[in-house]
This record gives sequence, structure tokens and C-alpha cells, in this order.
Amino acid sequence: MKEILSVQSLKKYFSAKGGDSLKAVDDVSFSVREGDVFGLVGESGCGKSTLARLILRLIIPTDGRIVFDGMSVADAHGETLSKIRRGLQIIFQDPFASLNPRKRIIDAIGEALIVNKLAQRAEVKDKVAELLAKVGLNGSTLYKYPHELSGGQRQRICIARALSVNPKLIVADEPLSALDVSIQAQIINLLEDLHRASNLSFVFISHNLQVIEHFTDMVAVMYLGKIVEMSPTEAFFREPLHPYTEALLSAVPVPEVDRQRKRIILEGDVPSPLHIPSGCPFHPRCPKRFEPCDKIVPVLKEARKGRVVSCLLWE
Amino acid sequence: MSEHMNTWKSENLLLTKDLKVIFKTNAVSITAVDGVSFRIGEEDVLGLVGESGCGKTLSALSIMRLLPPNASLSGKILYKGEDLLTKNESELRKIRGRDIAMIFQEPMTSLNPVFTVGYQIAEVLMTHKAMSKKDAMKEAAGLLKAVKIPSPEVRVKEYPHQLSGGMRQRIMIAMAIACNPSFLIADEPTTALDVTIQAQILELLSSLKQEHKMSLLLITQDLGIIAEWAKRVAIMYAGRIVEEADVREIFINPRHPYTIGLLESLPKRRGRKLSPIPGQVPGLSELPQGCKFSTRCRYIIKECLNKEPELIPIDNAHHLSRCIRAKEL
Repeated sequence: MKEILSVQSLKKYFSAKGGDSLKAVDDVSFSVREGDVFGLVGESGCGKSTLARLILRLIIPTDGRIVFDGMSVADAHGETLSKIRRGLQIIFQDPFASLNPRKRIIDAIGEALIVNKLAQRAEVKDKVAELLAKVGLNGSTLYKYPHELSGGQRQRICIARALSVNPKLIVADEPLSALDVSIQAQIINLLEDLHRASNLSFVFISHNLQVIEHFTDMVAVMYLGKIVEMSPTEAFFREPLHPYTEALLSAVPVPEVDRQRKRIILEGDVPSPLHIPSGCPFHPRCPKRFEPCDKIVPVLKEARKGRVVSCLLWE
Repeated sequence: MSEHMNTWKSENLLLTKDLKVIFKTNAVSITAVDGVSFRIGEEDVLGLVGESGCGKTLSALSIMRLLPPNASLSGKILYKGEDLLTKNESELRKIRGRDIAMIFQEPMTSLNPVFTVGYQIAEVLMTHKAMSKKDAMKEAAGLLKAVKIPSPEVRVKEYPHQLSGGMRQRIMIAMAIACNPSFLIADEPTTALDVTIQAQILELLSSLKQEHKMSLLLITQDLGIIAEWAKRVAIMYAGRIVEEADVREIFINPRHPYTIGLLESLPKRRGRKLSPIPGQVPGLSELPQGCKFSTRCRYIIKECLNKEPELIPIDNAHHLSRCIRAKEL
């Protein structure tokens, strides 16, 4: 299958106080096949949002390449860049912060259509209404302001705006975290319907592992700026390979009674990305660490067919 | 509340009866908590579940008597048989922190940024136990150890911004248990934390609960946390409890359409479509007549709109539901 997005040895270092560099994304490579949902998991500070911003070219990488639909993202300009901008869209966590409070919905979405020459002024109303229908909102929403809508409705507006330019790939950065449980399910269903109906690809960032299991085809786990495990979703949840992934999955409280589970409780906090531990960055918290883990930096290697993991246990 | 509830458990550490929280604005008055009654026995864990705006936090704040000034509170809150609603502010100050303590969702906003964490814990001890500052600071370091903060004698001199989110929540817990309260309210204690840190904090709360023989009111939206930690569960919707039962019953034999809807909206297997609850929670000023869940309920019949159903026992005295069709569900 064709690759819609390919990320190769991507790095983003921020300079910090005292000449240190913060390695937010450090040598990350992966690719997303057309029509796939690629899940990205990890805890706060692991670099997943930085990665999202790099893909969208909201920030420029320190090193590495991002290829979207055959075009190199980091050095695109002119017509190529606007093509990339149309093809790649993002949905953020907080739908309220991503809508202009002084713009009515028709203007917020209509602007995208006009700027990208996808509609004449006279057609805007019909086109926006059509987009709203696609995300399950009716025409009465057209002339409302964001503050008049609920959180779930606002997230639908953000999705409609992303769809307005007919993108090929949507990066969704924690799109459910700000929503109530019953509304989360509505939004997942909506994203799934859109995915099925239009062969749209997704990079889906979430810390909610149940949603990742439900919605994605591939999963990558990030820890301190690096991918530590990447696998097709089903195999990933059946048998996590990296000790971090194992602990992560075991820590999720499961809404079922009568089920005995062994919980792996990790010691300590995630270290600061300014002071990444030597050897395997996970070794200070790893329940399975052994002799050379604090000295040798593991690299991503194929451990099972189609599955890569960076851990000395699997070398 | 009807008679059956009074015989449910021998020990009632805390009991609320018909709690009502009303906000008065210029023209309208809005009832945010409407007739909430529950009880918590000694060393019990009651989980309070519901979505934003359902009144779960306001119910908890009512117990602490920490509601905003424009809220009026009525009903009864009996703590060890004494009604907290009849207490004056200085009596309440003695109870808060010493007998009943509370931890909040966002530890950063609950800690004072300009004092060291050690001093903030020590302050609780100086206030409630009349300790000297020196003794209190020493005890504070001991409490940091009790909540498993590494190198407590260093941390005790640090400020909140120097600590991670998980550590800050440990500080909040240390403050809460400083005076050995018998009742702890935890309002979304892990919502702001990552999942591996959440597991640490829940484990800590559970071991402290046993050690100090505390009862816990655990407020959360996360049904996973409820399944693993609560003994009894109350589900709230639009300011009311709509179902209350032992945790096993809630998950295996839910008897209110809202509970059923919440459970079904959780992602389970791959490829199976989720069944969300349609629509959204109505605003508190535009609640429907009759059953408040009727606007989103798929089991609705004509009678639902006539009169609001009462929270009554189904099957047995320990399983309550506010639905006229509860027996058919």
C-alpha cells in the first residue's frame, strides 16, 4: 500500500538554559500507509505533541525528513507548501482554544474555504452547512459563536474545519481529552465514520489506551523523545514487548469487575528530557533492567514479524 | 429518603440527607444539586461518578462547607451523628483538615506557590495540633516519607514548582493525612496525571486508607478507577443520584439507562462500533419535566415525562435506581 506520510530520522532539539539542548524528538522514524490510523502513545513530555507540530510544519525540525504524499514538508514553499497545508490538517485537544471566539461558525469554516479558493462567497453558506451535516450538526449552528456551543459540538466544528479543505491526513492531538465520556464515544464514532467513508488517514495521538486499541491500525510508543516500540495494534495489545509498554498497559484501570490483574507499578517519575539517563533512557524505572542497561543505548530492532522494539532483552 | 436506607449499614460515618445546592443569580435560581442522599460507613469507599456539571464536586464541597458565597445549601450532613450544617465557621475550621480532609484534581492550584511544601504541611499541624514550628517541620518530613517521596529532608524545603505533578499530588495527600482524618474526599485525584503516575497515586491512597482506617469518597469520571477501587457507587446526572449500588452490581447489573449508556459508550473490542449516549446534558436551567434523563434516554415512555421518578430499591434494598422501568432493564 502507498505511504501517505514518512518520517525519517526526525530530530527536534530546543536550546535550554546554560547551553543544554532539550531533545524533544530524537531520531524518530515511522511511516503511515494511506487509509491507516497510526496511533502515538506516551506520557506528558515524551515528545508526541512536538512530533505532531513537526509533521504540520508548525515548527522546523533540527534534522531529518518528513515526506507527505511525495512532497518534502520541511523545505516546501510556494504552491507545494499550500498543497501540503491543504492535505495535512490538525485537530487539537482543546476545541475552545482553537476557535476564534469572535467569529461565527460560518465565518470560521468559510474562511478556510475562501482562502483555499474552494468556494465562491455566494456558495459559502451551502458548503459550510454541508460540512456541518457531515459532522452531525444542523444548520442552526451556522450563525452561532463558539461560546454558545458545548465542548463536543466545538470539537465537531474543529473537525468540520479540518475537513473543509479535503485533507488526506489528519493529525489528531488528544482530540478527546477535554470531553466527557459519553461525548468521547460520539466523537470516536464520527472520526471512524469519516475514516471509512473517505479513505482518510490519521495520526492519532492519545494517552487513552482503550481508544487507541479501538481506533488505530498501528501503534508507536514514545518515551523521552524516542519510539521504544512500534507494532500493529492487535499484536501490541495482545503481547506488549517493551517493559515500559507492559507497565503502561497494566496501569490502565479497566472498567470491569471480577478480573484479577497484575499491575506493574513503575518507580519514580519520568526523568526530565534535559537530563536523559545514560544507556537505555528507561533503565532507572525499569523493573527488568540488568547489568549493561545503564551503559548500552538500545536501538529499534525487529523482535517479531512487523514489530520493532528497543530493549536489550530483545537483542 | 425512605426508611430502607437507614438500615443499610450499621456504621454511618457520614450521611447526607436531601442535599440541595441552589445558586441564585439576578432573575433565576438554579438547583445544581437536588436531593442528594448517601452514606459512607467506616473504612468504606464510595465512588461518585458523573460527567462535568452533574453536581459531584458541589456535593463534596457541601460536605466541606466550602461552597461559593452565592450558593445556598440545605439538607443534612451528619458526620458521626453531628449535623455539619448547624456548625459555625470556627467549629467548621476545626473539623476541616482534622476529621475530614479533601484533595483536589489540580495539585498545582491547590498549593501556595510562595511557601515551601514543608511549611504548608507544617501549617496544618500547627493549626490543628498546636505544634511548635520546629516539631511541625520535622513531622512534615516524616509525612513526606509516608507518601513515599524520595529524600524527604531535601524536598521539605522545596517549592511546589520544583516538583512534578505526581509529587505535588503526594504533597496534597500528605497535607490531607497530616491530622489522621477519618474521612477523605478525593475529587478527581489523578485526572491531571499520567497513567503510570496515576497507578502510583491510587496505590498510595489505598495503602494509606488501610493504615489510617479512613473512609474515602472518590469522585471520578473514570469507570476503570471505580471498578478497581470503589466498594459502593453512586451515579449522578443533572444534580441527582440516578443509581446507587455495590460496585459489582453497577457493572454487571446496571439498572438505570444512564449507567447502561455510560458503560456502553466505553471502547471495548476493536472493530465494534461504540454506542454513545445521544445528545448532551441539558443545561441546569432547562431540565425537562419528569425524568431528567428523558431527553437522551432510549427506553423513554410517556409516563417518564409526567413525574420525576424517585430513587427506590430494585431487586434488593442495596440497589437503588431512579427509573420507572428499572425492573425491565
